[in-house]
Amino acid sequence: MSNTRKIFDYFMPYRRDATIAIILLGIAVVGNLAIPRLVEVIIDQGISENNISLIIRISLLMIGASILSAIFTVANTIFAVRASRGFEADLREALFTKIQSFSFGNLDDFQTGQLITRLTSDVTQVQTIVTMVLRMFTQAPLMFVGSVFIMYSTNARLATYMIALIPIVGVMVFIFIRNVQPLFTKVQERLDYLNQVLQENLSGVRVVKAFVRREYEDKRFEKANIELTSTSVRVTQLLSVFFPMVQTIMNLGTVAIIYFGGLQVYSGTATVGEIIAFTNYIFSTMFPVIMLSMMAGQISAANASMNRIMQVMNSTPDVQNRDNTKSIEDIKGKVCFENVYFSYLTDGGDPVLQNISFTANPGQTVAILGSTGSGKTSLINLIPRFYDVTDGRVTIDGLDVRDIELSSLRSKIGISLQEAVLFSGTIRDNIRYGRNDATDEEVVAAAKIAQAHEFITEFEDGYDSMVGQRGVNLSGGQKQRIAIARAILINPKILILDDSTSAVDVETETEIEKALRVVMRDRTSFVIAQRISTVLNADKILVLDNGKIAAEGDHKKLMETSPIYQEIYDSQLGGVIPQ
Amino acid sequence: MSDRNNGNLPEERSNDRGRRPMGPRHGPGAMGTIEKAENPRGALLRLVNYLSSFRTQLITIIIFTIISTLLSLAGPYIMSIAINQYIIPHDLQGLLRISMILAGTYIFSTILSMATGWIMASISQQSLMKLRKELFEHLQTLSVGYFDQKSAGDLMSRLTNDIDAINAALTQNVTQLISMGITLVGVIIAMFILNYRLAFASLIVFPIMIWFTAAIGTRIRDSFRGLQRNLGILNSVMQESISGQRVIIAFEQQEEVNKKFSAANQDVKAISIKAMTYAMMIPSLMGILSNANIAIVAGIGGYMVLIGLSNIGTIAAFISYSRQFANPLRQIGNVYNSIQSALAGAERIFEVIDTKPELEDTPDAVHVESFAGEVEFKNVNFSYVPNVPVLKNISLKAKPGQTIALVGPTGAGKTTMVNVLTRFYDIQSGSITIDGNEIKRIRKDDLRRQLGIVLQDVFLFSGTVMDNIRYGRLDATEQECINAAKLANADGFIRRLPQGYRTVLSERAGNISQGQKQLLSIARAIVADPSILILDEATSSVDTRTEIQIQQALLNLMKGRTSFVIAHRLSTIRNADQVLVINHGEIIERGTHNELLRKQGFYYNLYMSQFKGTLTVTPMFAPEQKMGDS
Repeated sequence: MSNTRKIFDYFMPYRRDATIAIILLGIAVVGNLAIPRLVEVIIDQGISENNISLIIRISLLMIGASILSAIFTVANTIFAVRASRGFEADLREALFTKIQSFSFGNLDDFQTGQLITRLTSDVTQVQTIVTMVLRMFTQAPLMFVGSVFIMYSTNARLATYMIALIPIVGVMVFIFIRNVQPLFTKVQERLDYLNQVLQENLSGVRVVKAFVRREYEDKRFEKANIELTSTSVRVTQLLSVFFPMVQTIMNLGTVAIIYFGGLQVYSGTATVGEIIAFTNYIFSTMFPVIMLSMMAGQISAANASMNRIMQVMNSTPDVQNRDNTKSIEDIKGKVCFENVYFSYLTDGGDPVLQNISFTANPGQTVAILGSTGSGKTSLINLIPRFYDVTDGRVTIDGLDVRDIELSSLRSKIGISLQEAVLFSGTIRDNIRYGRNDATDEEVVAAAKIAQAHEFITEFEDGYDSMVGQRGVNLSGGQKQRIAIARAILINPKILILDDSTSAVDVETETEIEKALRVVMRDRTSFVIAQRISTVLNADKILVLDNGKIAAEGDHKKLMETSPIYQEIYDSQLGGVIPQ
Repeated sequence: MSDRNNGNLPEERSNDRGRRPMGPRHGPGAMGTIEKAENPRGALLRLVNYLSSFRTQLITIIIFTIISTLLSLAGPYIMSIAINQYIIPHDLQGLLRISMILAGTYIFSTILSMATGWIMASISQQSLMKLRKELFEHLQTLSVGYFDQKSAGDLMSRLTNDIDAINAALTQNVTQLISMGITLVGVIIAMFILNYRLAFASLIVFPIMIWFTAAIGTRIRDSFRGLQRNLGILNSVMQESISGQRVIIAFEQQEEVNKKFSAANQDVKAISIKAMTYAMMIPSLMGILSNANIAIVAGIGGYMVLIGLSNIGTIAAFISYSRQFANPLRQIGNVYNSIQSALAGAERIFEVIDTKPELEDTPDAVHVESFAGEVEFKNVNFSYVPNVPVLKNISLKAKPGQTIALVGPTGAGKTTMVNVLTRFYDIQSGSITIDGNEIKRIRKDDLRRQLGIVLQDVFLFSGTVMDNIRYGRLDATEQECINAAKLANADGFIRRLPQGYRTVLSERAGNISQGQKQLLSIARAIVADPSILILDEATSSVDTRTEIQIQQALLNLMKGRTSFVIAHRLSTIRNADQVLVINHGEIIERGTHNELLRKQGFYYNLYMSQFKGTLTVTPMFAPEQKMGDS
């Protein structure tokens, strides 16, 4: 329930609009309820007493009432929509901003698809319920109470017959929801399974074809398809039976009014006009009951969405500015790891890095080598504070990174991540991503270093070629080179290349390395690579094994001292596979 | 009173969301809007086709709907008789009788409409099942080229969202449309029979209603179209920034991204306020206009009673009819939108179904049990896009059991050679033969069954480890699978998994490493027991030890089979019987490793650049067996 409270906070700016909407709706309902009553007056007083002027007066009053309630309803719509859509936009924006404040650790907790779903359908779901509340939640009880009141004041005995119907409808609604809700869940589960089969089939299309598994896949899908259909037939059938049944109750109510009302007319305790008015009130009493019960279903769906939204909202960014952080301007680029321990889980768990200590002096190139899972990426992620160390510290020029203001820290570090993600826009935009004010010359210079200039200029639009779905198709290696250019352009004091040339062919990689060496002369760089040829020239090579530094030194030294390094070296450059 | 609602509570079927009042949402998180079909009639006709196998049921539905609508229209008429002939003249017996008749009418109408819904639910779901099945099975026949062009997300959405749109329209709107039409006509006829003067009077509101719907309708359509466009923009901003979130953090661009998002978000808000205000106005205005109509009926009708032109029962009936009349008008917008988006969905589905299946087998295609494994390319030319040749005049010959290494820079055409050998794509000229048979003349399924492919990017299915290995040959016994795993060096790690061979691999197999996945895919290929192997060697993401295991597994797999290897590793290249150096779609050098080195050409340079720097430290051509047999 506290989630509801928190979500409600986003609604606070719109409480004025919402209140107005509800008041307007209330007035419109009164207008609506007056109509049957006025009809009754026309029939019982106007017609029976031959009072033409009364008939005219009352019908004008009715038209007036309808127009008035029309105006109020439209006004309600305007305010209600404004409040609910404003709320929706604000909530979505708050959620998005929250995601922007996330650190890597938070992102590990959610998948991209999950976050997108929360931003789209979950927010929409909550908005729908808000709209419904603003338009129906007040209308339904008002209509109900209002018509019950008027019915009693018109004809108490007839009204009692009507009220007797309400529990019947209530029980029906209850039974229906009890039965249909689990079925809905089941449909959703089976649909998820169907989608999974489909998803796998689409992404594994080459495997399916290579192994000639068409019939097998057809069967798998058919099974999921039949299962889904059998459940959804039942849901749809339940739905299609329920509404006519409620309808019938209401219609039988009409019959009851005609009959019992008719009997009352004989005994003089009711008038014809009352009977006609009552047939109208049936609708306005039963309708809210159905409406509210439908909303109960919607609310439980919205509640699930709300919890999913709040799960994002309630997570605190792992990495935040501490108090008293310093902004750094000019740094030399000396990076030190001092007895660093790191674990992804906050509650201990197996440490990914253990007791890491080393120093990278300004201008040095440090290569990090090791098998998958040995902690290479985890190690470099600690420098720009994508994660915080569990124990020990990482310093830049002697200053703990946690004492440096985050954005000034990161602006000194250029990083090219394992996966080269580019954004839609031109190639130029992408290279300039980290520094919007870079000149064209600077962009070209960075691209040249990353060995990207040549292929970029081969495109028809050169640097203005669009990247992405409607743009040029970039190969993995080309994307990586643009990502490197992007990292270089911010003119970092510290450059980190995380396996960022894996898809680049060896010759180009060598060129990149050569060009980098020139610009990186007075900068510190960290290079993670799988290919040993990439790291041969590094000033310092760290060999990681199971989160520990297994060996440290340059190539020559490691060839002599480190068996692990020799093994890696041999497997790639020296030896052959044993036969 | 007896409004015929057919399951649609009039107000809250808001345009932007609920097709079903409380049903689950299908498909991935799109924010639904209305799409329009380009050729609605064509799509409609074909959609109807899917229903046509249920002809009897459909006719039953139509007849039932007509009868049940007419019965519910009869309600107010009977009521007017009850008031005029029994209540006012105080006829007790008659009142009971007519009440029974009225109750009977309503109950019968309900039973019919329940039956209609029941039948419709079953046939609509079965038609959808058929449509889904046809779509999926057709997808299986499409070529790899088709999947290379279409995004998986788009295809997914066709099988989910589009089917869903059709579902909504089929289950609700078909019967609704029939009953709406009958109600409108029926009410008008009934009113004229009851009292033509009063009928004229109460129809005054009718043109106003139509005018309102039409005037607001175009605005709704326009603003919804705008909304859809803006939602598209917003969605792509979200999609892109969230999948690139780590880069955004690394470059400290959060503020910029927030601004961009906020702008798109505000645009959506503004236009959706407009669209929704219009859309929600229609039902409320219709309700109000029907109230105004009641006023007119009561006023004018009351006057007519006084001058003897009408009676009270008629007025009561007219009031009921006014309500019934407003309902279809109120819903017409929703029904229209729902049907439009169903047709648009149908069109997108039919577009897939109409795509020509992949290269069919020629009628004279031969059946082949197994190959000796002699593969020959003769002057093969191929291009994905006309005029951009990817393979130029490729010729090669592999003798049974030989290993052919394909070497060259990225984009040289190595993978394309695999694509044409497996007939994922067909070559434009030249010929590819296996054991002297042109592969075009071999049944495609037979061909692929004999080609074992191990791709760099491993794809495993959700299911157990055993299921995944058995995917290579469905009738393989458990023991065969375990033997294959042993040969693939996978048995060891599988046994260490929590449930061994019964371990379920989760989505994208997150619970095992990339290298282990590769071992599984090799085991899968071993089970398939192909005569020709195609391997795309893994490059960067595997550590050295796993790599050695993979290498050994591959060597086991290659024994006695003709193998094509896209080679990245020196060891593979050195052991190959032929090394083909490919650049810009041409074979520019060929020979054994040593021959090519001696030639000091392209291969020599490629090789030197890759392993350069090592010369000073260790002798370049280090003799074999340096590593022992770890």
